[in-house]
Amino acid sequence: MSKKMQIKLKVNGEDHEFAAEPRELLVHALRERLNLTGSHVGCETGHCGVCTVTLNGKSVKSCTMFVAQADGAELTTIEGMGTPDNLHVLQEAFREHHGLQCGYCTPGMIMRAAKLLEEIPNPTEEEVRFGMAGNLCRCTGYQNIVKSIMAAASELNSAKEAAQ
Amino acid sequence: MIPAAFDYHRPTDLNSVISLLQEHGDDARVIAGGHSLIPLMKLRMAEVPHLIDLQSIDALTGIETGSKIRIGAMTTQSDIINNTSLASSAPILKEASLQIADPQIRYMGTVGGNVANGDPGNDMPGLMQCLDATYILCGPEGEREVKARDFYHAAYMTEREDDEVMVAVTFDAIKGGYAYVKQKRKIGDYATAAAAVIMSKDGSTCKEASIAMTNLSDTPIFCGAASDCLIGTSVSAEDIKNAVASMIDAIDPAEDNRGPVEFKKHAAAVVLSRAIERAWQRA
Repeated sequence: MSKKMQIKLKVNGEDHEFAAEPRELLVHALRERLNLTGSHVGCETGHCGVCTVTLNGKSVKSCTMFVAQADGAELTTIEGMGTPDNLHVLQEAFREHHGLQCGYCTPGMIMRAAKLLEEIPNPTEEEVRFGMAGNLCRCTGYQNIVKSIMAAASELNSAKEAAQ
Repeated sequence: MIPAAFDYHRPTDLNSVISLLQEHGDDARVIAGGHSLIPLMKLRMAEVPHLIDLQSIDALTGIETGSKIRIGAMTTQSDIINNTSLASSAPILKEASLQIADPQIRYMGTVGGNVANGDPGNDMPGLMQCLDATYILCGPEGEREVKARDFYHAAYMTEREDDEVMVAVTFDAIKGGYAYVKQKRKIGDYATAAAAVIMSKDGSTCKEASIAMTNLSDTPIFCGAASDCLIGTSVSAEDIKNAVASMIDAIDPAEDNRGPVEFKKHAAAVVLSRAIERAWQRA
């Protein structure tokens, strides 16, 4: 066993500090130390995207990052997106448009989609498909996921217009 | 999948990285984006007692454009895609980067890691050979330069010494047309075959051409003879056929889960023909 190191993370606006072995994967630290079990563990090889979180403004797969690499970082996980009583626009759109069946991939889908819409607020369907290519879904065939993200984009854009 | 234990280092300057590499020798490895190394560590195919994270070293970042382009080793594929100045002076970098892995991995994957790793599946090495890029390595004796075309010896075997770090890649801005065409089984996969081509024209004659191929041998393959088949020609269908035939002689694909040798040669011919056509249209 190697030396434990002191890790600092800011997750969903909250500061956390704990001792961990550097080899611990970020997704395990989030799930098991911080009890944020919304980020899932799927393929564990960086392919499926169910562990996607936002780290310092980037969508990353938290199964392919050591907690030591994330030391000092600012993160958003699915728990930081909405609550059951007050869903995020993307969560509402996924519900409305049947963007999920089993739901296992959904936290990763929402996290990646949120970042995608930040970068491309008014995407084409093709841009959505390309921007979501790092997230796999074995239920929906993607059709309704794309529909949900397109709907969330227009919702967010009309809210922006109304605010102006 | 839990890797073997390691000590983690996050130095803030290059000298500290080199001291750590000298101190720990074979027990130390640098990590950039980590998307090649971490999966290997998780499978315990790599054991790294001392992991040296390069994320906090400013000297390894930054993109300088102009007639000479310099890209710091820790520049990510996402940085490349979003750099508008680079997109105009060397658009082939963006075209290739968009075909690497998936969005999440492009936020992490770096140019330095991609070129230094020596994995024949990586896209940047072939691209760098096509561009006739120079790699800047830093070791205990300071910096030295190695041409991308001389860097790769075999799979994972490169010109880089164990106590050296990839600092940057440099190359001239592209004049003329370009194309990076990649055939892959699915998003995120390495190439079944990929071709990097740059071409310039003088009137209706091809003035310069450079061709390199990815994942069709245990190193990237710069195809000098195939490039020569195009120079001085009008790039007719016949000329393209000659270049492709010459490329096929230069590659040495192995059978694997992407297909048998004959299929890979077929895919190589298709991607190269398309890349030449596209580069010529853009020239």
